[in-house]
Amino acid sequence: MKRVNSAALAATLALAGPEALAGDDIEQLRQMIDALRSDYEARISDLESRLAAAERSSQVARRAAAEAVDIAEESAIAAGGGQVAANAFNPGIGAVLVGRYADLDGGWESIPGFATEGELGPGEDGFSLGESEVNFKAAIDASFFGNLTLALEDEDGDTEVAVEEAWIQATSLPGGLTATAGRHFSGLGYLNGFHRHADDFSDRPLPYQAFFGGQYIGDGLQLRWLAPTALFLELGAELNWSSRFPATGEGASPDAWTLFGHVGGDIGSSHSWQLGLSYLDLEVTERAAGEDGEEAFSGDSALSGIDFVWKWAPQGNSALTHFKLQGEYFQRREDGLFGDRSYDGDQNGWYLQGVWQFQPRWRVGYRHDQVDSDNGVQFLGTALEDPDHRPERDSLMLDFSPSEFSRLRLQYTRDRVTGETQDQLVLQYLMSLGAHGAHKF
Amino acid sequence: MKRWILLFMLACAAGNARALEVFACEPEWAALVRELGGDAVSVQAATTAFQDPHRLQARPSLIARARQAQLLVCTGAELEVGWLPLLLRRAGNARIQPGMPGHFLAAEFVRRLEIPQRLDRSQGDVHPQGNPHLHLQPRNVARVARQLGERMAQVDGANATVYRQRTEQFLARWDSAVAGWESRAAALAGTRVVAHHRSFSYLADWLGLDVVATLETRPGVPPSGAHLASLLEQLTPAPPAAIILTPYENEKPARWLSERLQVPVLHLPFTVGGDEASVDLVSLYEQHLVLLEQLGS
Repeated sequence: MKRVNSAALAATLALAGPEALAGDDIEQLRQMIDALRSDYEARISDLESRLAAAERSSQVARRAAAEAVDIAEESAIAAGGGQVAANAFNPGIGAVLVGRYADLDGGWESIPGFATEGELGPGEDGFSLGESEVNFKAAIDASFFGNLTLALEDEDGDTEVAVEEAWIQATSLPGGLTATAGRHFSGLGYLNGFHRHADDFSDRPLPYQAFFGGQYIGDGLQLRWLAPTALFLELGAELNWSSRFPATGEGASPDAWTLFGHVGGDIGSSHSWQLGLSYLDLEVTERAAGEDGEEAFSGDSALSGIDFVWKWAPQGNSALTHFKLQGEYFQRREDGLFGDRSYDGDQNGWYLQGVWQFQPRWRVGYRHDQVDSDNGVQFLGTALEDPDHRPERDSLMLDFSPSEFSRLRLQYTRDRVTGETQDQLVLQYLMSLGAHGAHKF
Repeated sequence: MKRWILLFMLACAAGNARALEVFACEPEWAALVRELGGDAVSVQAATTAFQDPHRLQARPSLIARARQAQLLVCTGAELEVGWLPLLLRRAGNARIQPGMPGHFLAAEFVRRLEIPQRLDRSQGDVHPQGNPHLHLQPRNVARVARQLGERMAQVDGANATVYRQRTEQFLARWDSAVAGWESRAAALAGTRVVAHHRSFSYLADWLGLDVVATLETRPGVPPSGAHLASLLEQLTPAPPAAIILTPYENEKPARWLSERLQVPVLHLPFTVGGDEASVDLVSLYEQHLVLLEQLGS
């Protein structure tokens, strides 16, 4: 219609010459031009309003799109979880596989001057399976955490299952308190709190073997208190009824109590340290010595110890290189009867070790460990006979960890426990699968 | 006697007026807490930009700090799995245990990338809940800020209005900063880079960077010589623009490859404190863009 109007105007202009335009014609033309102008104005305002509408709807669309992304993300997040857990599974299940090949140059099963029980010494020649371990751990509910570790061992062709740890922990006590009940690694010393597969050497240092049979594990109660200070200060006490060496566990009253304390902190961002003191008091009843156990000890055993660890990593970044120096000293006084003779013995032992990760995945370490006994001359011919040498060892190790979950280790030990020097070589693998292990300090 | 009671009451009042104690696992969350809390909070980060948050140990100083905290702010998604559960058990602090309002995990509130289809450690140290290095995507920061501000208001009701107000202010500032960065991002899209670990996946996702390879064979497994050699062969026909690194990653493998490919090693700050210019979240992002833009020029 509009197009026809403009075409008509153009035709009129073309046909009629300017001289032919009369007054009427001019008036007519003016009217037509006015009509055209109002027509175009209407069309422009129509277009403008349509444009505004389109803009509004695109804004709506954009907002809708953003909302859709948000909703999609939220549902993806809801599906994903995001909790820090030992594993996506509940409980966290982990297993540790250990095996080794050893050339022990004789080896030994007891330490001269010490009446001990259980498996001591560097173990068997050739290939042997170490302690395979299965661990379950999880929060039980909002108040308790539980942990169970089973150790599987071969004993003369039979497989034995031992409960190594079975404890519950109250995690929501007020005032910085943490309570643990069950079978637990005692809080004394430094190394005692670690699983053996986390050790830096293939066996425990001599004082741990002589005084605890490798590790002091208690059945009972532990209470820890953490001070509300910037300096780490932790105090703990335990009551135990254990029947494992060095305890003998009989009767309704606890046969052991433990006190321990740790302080620690950082120096700058590259250094951190911890210092500890511990005391263990045991009431021992008929603790047999050695395999045949012809004579047994009954009486009071009091052990005190001091431990320290210092760790260095450049700017606290242990991934590339780090160094760890640790040492512990224990002394023990036992008072009572050995067989039918009165016994009042003093023993002590210590170790010092350094481990250096010199490049990612590779570590090298050195350890010296030794024990001394002063039991008196009346025990000649028994397990308590003081040796005329000092049982001591020097060990060098090199290990390679392809990932955080696997480790291969070569260890050489110059062993003078029995009095003659043995050159021992151990090649070991330690692998963990399942739940992510804890990075304990 | 009266004087003692008065002193005791004063001490209690002083105790109430004390700042909200926050334990942050990583510097980026400490920076966010500072933005949202201002003077009402006292926050320290457990890690610095120079420490790998995967590899930390539950060391005594951290346990002592966690003991005092009223709010714990961490990434989650298993980034801290090696040390945080142990730290929480040792800290004797019921307020920050999982499930409590004082236990805040950023990963719960954002969409995570690289959620593995198959869970198997032969794939390296994979995280079942996806890539946890999620702070280098501005949308994630905004989402976490909104949730964290609300959580701080919940834990410390006395200062709730301060937290809510500061959160709104931060988000407004953040949105305008993000608009600025995104207008510059088009020039960076498609830039090909090699990363050490999958630390920059979210940044790459946001800016459209193309991470053509990682130096680690698998996540958490240090680069091996054989893998580097194969990367060299693979990348020689079309070298990337740069090899990007966080401050805590080993520079050696990157240097080796960079010399042979004739491409630069680019140290990105990764988190707050990673270089001198990155003092808060805004300057951290700005610094990443500036450093990446310098590659092109």
